[in-house]
Amino acid sequence: MPRFFPAKTRRSPFRPLATLIAIGAAIALNACASSPVALRGTADLATVIARASGEVAVLDTSNKQFTGIIGGLGDLSHASIVYARDGRFAFVFGRDGGLTKIDILSHKIVVRTLQAGNSIGGAISQDGKLVAVANYEPGGVRVFDAETLELVADIPTTIDGGPDRSKVIGLVDAPGNRFVFSLWDTGEIWIADFSAGNTPSVTRYQNIGIQPYDALITPDGRYYIAGLFGEDGMALLDLWHPQSGPQRILDHYGKGEERLPVYKMPHLEGWAIAGKRAFVPAVGRHEVLVIDTETWQEVGRIPVHGQPVFVMAHPDGRHVWVNFSVPDYDTVQIIDTQTLAIDGELKPGTGVLHMEFSPRGDQVWLSVRDDNKVVGYDPYTLKPIAELPLPSPSGIFMSDRAGRIGL
Amino acid sequence: MAGWTFLVAGPAVASELQEHARTPSALEQMVRQDCGSCHGLTFKGGLGSPLLPENLENYSVEDLSSIILDGLPGTAMPPWRAIISESEAAWMARYLKTGGSK
Ligand code: HEC
Repeated sequence: MPRFFPAKTRRSPFRPLATLIAIGAAIALNACASSPVALRGTADLATVIARASGEVAVLDTSNKQFTGIIGGLGDLSHASIVYARDGRFAFVFGRDGGLTKIDILSHKIVVRTLQAGNSIGGAISQDGKLVAVANYEPGGVRVFDAETLELVADIPTTIDGGPDRSKVIGLVDAPGNRFVFSLWDTGEIWIADFSAGNTPSVTRYQNIGIQPYDALITPDGRYYIAGLFGEDGMALLDLWHPQSGPQRILDHYGKGEERLPVYKMPHLEGWAIAGKRAFVPAVGRHEVLVIDTETWQEVGRIPVHGQPVFVMAHPDGRHVWVNFSVPDYDTVQIIDTQTLAIDGELKPGTGVLHMEFSPRGDQVWLSVRDDNKVVGYDPYTLKPIAELPLPSPSGIFMSDRAGRIGL
Repeated sequence: MAGWTFLVAGPAVASELQEHARTPSALEQMVRQDCGSCHGLTFKGGLGSPLLPENLENYSVEDLSSIILDGLPGTAMPPWRAIISESEAAWMARYLKTGGSK
């Protein structure tokens, strides 16, 4: 596998390119690419984060092999990826504040910037022109031009107008060129609306609940839901009627029950929705919650093997797959969405961090961190279809996310 | 229901712990990866505070071990006693205080 130079040496040659694009000569970049790129689509490609080595591998799900690896991406310990609308370029959000645009066909860095000290993820706007990053340090959201990664807007999440800032989590894109995010320290949801241009109008909702830890948006982009760590329940904002403000759901869930220590924050990114039921990880409990998406009431709790981290729906909606936090992260359970029973279980190895389905659901790919491998399964037979070595893999991101709101 | 899960999980985990005490490389992996998921792989901080030697100067190994074992109530720092032994916590404390030189 080709290795690449570290960020520092790679960065300088790209500076002039960024400037070129800025003056409208975007073509120059492709012309400069040294090796010709094989003609192929990207719809069967996925990117996989190798978190210890700061690399991203490109996975060809048709041939079941990596096509290349892109290095020099910095600290990827909680990294995530969103795609440009063409499904060829992707944006990698590193823990160290690095924001890198990569070309998944040529396996090259297009442009890279260190935009903050400590970040947690990002999103791309509905029109594909803006990339937003959620930052812990300095707390806030920074928004960049998707072509050049030049700063377009800076939204500090200041606390009471003072010097302190809140950490930002749960940043998603929403219809109407909006970004929605939550503030961990102050319990707020903010909407930054870029529909009128590069100067956003920001709407702030306070007192949404204690310590929102992650959030998701429904696939239609209507509901933004933040999970709360510091108390029970979730905050729901209807983006069709943002003036009504957030409402609390699942308020009574877990009241008076003792929680287990939470060794890893659950993720809400994969909105597991099947029919009118949604499946979400319970915080500090060995349970998956089932919610009716019309009434937003809890309609069931499914006892599972450990504390759930990701709950992901198979694209056909018949099953949801669940992985767990340490020490139960050698197991994946599969829940039947009709009977709410556990229908299957896999033990792919130690440290199963993430799961991603192929767009049509014929494959599922799992990253197994401590065994340094990415494994593919046929989700219907549960038979392995591939096992690929990769150091410390974490997030897996299928390129069809390019066409989906909130991902 | 949560109580039920707790009772079952507790003893099962404890016996697992006795069966195979972690090797230094497993401990290093754990402190980097599992603690790193909140504190950053390089301990520069995340949802959890930075854990670089300069951040921990004022804590003794004992202080840090008890933070690790008992957590910091009211914050997102969980108690690890159910899955980490006292000697393992002390190993992690030394590892953090010396910046990874164990
Ligand atoms: C789920 C998130 C999470 C995980 C996982 C986690 N921590 Fe923490 N930790 C925190 C938070 C949040 C704080 C800061 C609490 C506060 O003071 O507000 C913290 C604080 C600490 C502190 C005190 C630092 C100081 O300057 O006061 C130490 C030491 C620490 N953690 C060690 C560890 C170790 C070792 C592990 C792994 C065994 C670990 N943590 C795993 C969230 C986490």
